[in-house]
Amino acid sequence: MIDPKESAYLKAKKIETGTVIDHVPKGMALKVLRVLGIEDDFPGTVTVLMNVPSSHYGFKDIIKIEGRLLAKKEIAKMALMAPAATVNTIQNFTVVDKYVVQVPSVLEGVVMCPNPTCITRSEGTPRLLVENASPVRLRCAYCEKVYGDKDITY
Amino acid sequence: MDLITTRTLSKAFIEDILQKAQGYEKAARAKKNLTVLKGKTLATLFFEPSTRTQMSFQAAMLRLGGNFVGFSDPKSTSASKGETLADTIRVVEGYAHAIVMRHAVEGAPARAAELTDLPVINAGDGSNQHPSQALLDLFTLQQEKGKIDGLTVLLAGDLKYGRTVHSLMYALSHYDVDIQLFSPPSLKMPESIVNDVKERVSVKEVTDFGDADVVYATRVQRERFADAEEYQRSLYTIDEAMLSKIKSDAIILHPLPRVKEIAPEVDLDSRAKYFQQSFYGVPTRMAILETLIGASND
Repeated sequence: MIDPKESAYLKAKKIETGTVIDHVPKGMALKVLRVLGIEDDFPGTVTVLMNVPSSHYGFKDIIKIEGRLLAKKEIAKMALMAPAATVNTIQNFTVVDKYVVQVPSVLEGVVMCPNPTCITRSEGTPRLLVENASPVRLRCAYCEKVYGDKDITY
Repeated sequence: MDLITTRTLSKAFIEDILQKAQGYEKAARAKKNLTVLKGKTLATLFFEPSTRTQMSFQAAMLRLGGNFVGFSDPKSTSASKGETLADTIRVVEGYAHAIVMRHAVEGAPARAAELTDLPVINAGDGSNQHPSQALLDLFTLQQEKGKIDGLTVLLAGDLKYGRTVHSLMYALSHYDVDIQLFSPPSLKMPESIVNDVKERVSVKEVTDFGDADVVYATRVQRERFADAEEYQRSLYTIDEAMLSKIKSDAIILHPLPRVKEIAPEVDLDSRAKYFQQSFYGVPTRMAILETLIGASND
């Protein structure tokens, strides 16, 4: 049985094919969309529910994206800002796959190293080692510089 | 096997290098050529200028009976024509058994190491690391102080951008030492490096050299300052007056080149060991080359 506190999000339209991202930390939904590259030119319907009461988290955000499935690499990109999110793949109005986001130990080609004099700015693929997920602590595998959440541009 | 950073080196590796360097010291002093790496070629790729590091790696290779090819002026290479590092490494791979590389771009040696099966030695990458310097610095402590454990080592100068002190911090953290930091406020040791080592070793900022067994001076570079006055305020000089405030049995080191950090009159003081330190680069690099090139043959 669904927690009455969480029932609000059911009021939003169900999607036929696409992705529902649940348990996004409160206030992070729009950032997650930006990281996923979903902007005003996206052809499908995007529903964003913010400040949804959650028995686990107090409040959470929920994102429903019509007509778009997420690749593992995209989920990894999102993991830093929504480390406990659940990604549901929907087909024919049914959840066919459920994936709990996990912060990977390495972010390969996901975000750029912020150091302008790092080799990966001119060649190769950026590789950031996740030394700590929360708070975020990343170390570039090449230039060895260490970064927090605020240093990273998505 | 590569030597890219001291951050991930094991103490066993460090101790092995120090022990081998001890064994090579006599041959290095006698300028005697051995046959350990006979028939082997080292590529010395210096995309940035170097005097000591380049020459001591070349001398070390010659002492081991090997030879070297390379360049010290990137303007004379294809890199100046826009060749990628990846292409340079793939080409050099066909010419040598190991690569020593200095580059202004941080992480370039780590990238090179991914592109080739040959051993790659980082001879300095931007403001990041200079691991062979740290190993020769430890060897200097061992030879000149007779030990590493129990020492108070003071690092002075540009600790923010100085790659030698970054590498030395990690290398020292394997020993029972006290590390003291002396720098202008704008050139402090990066917090991330202090955080990496502070569980293993004591680190504190100091305002004088009085407690140090080892004073490790580095250059404060003009180009690091937007404000000329702040630069002037940040300069320090170890001169005769300052020597009286340093322990009588301390040693003074510098990775060189020095500018104004150590006055010429200090050279005559028995505590000045920076030229010996520079010499120790040869046996230490002999040990590194033997270990890496030898290992690549297994």
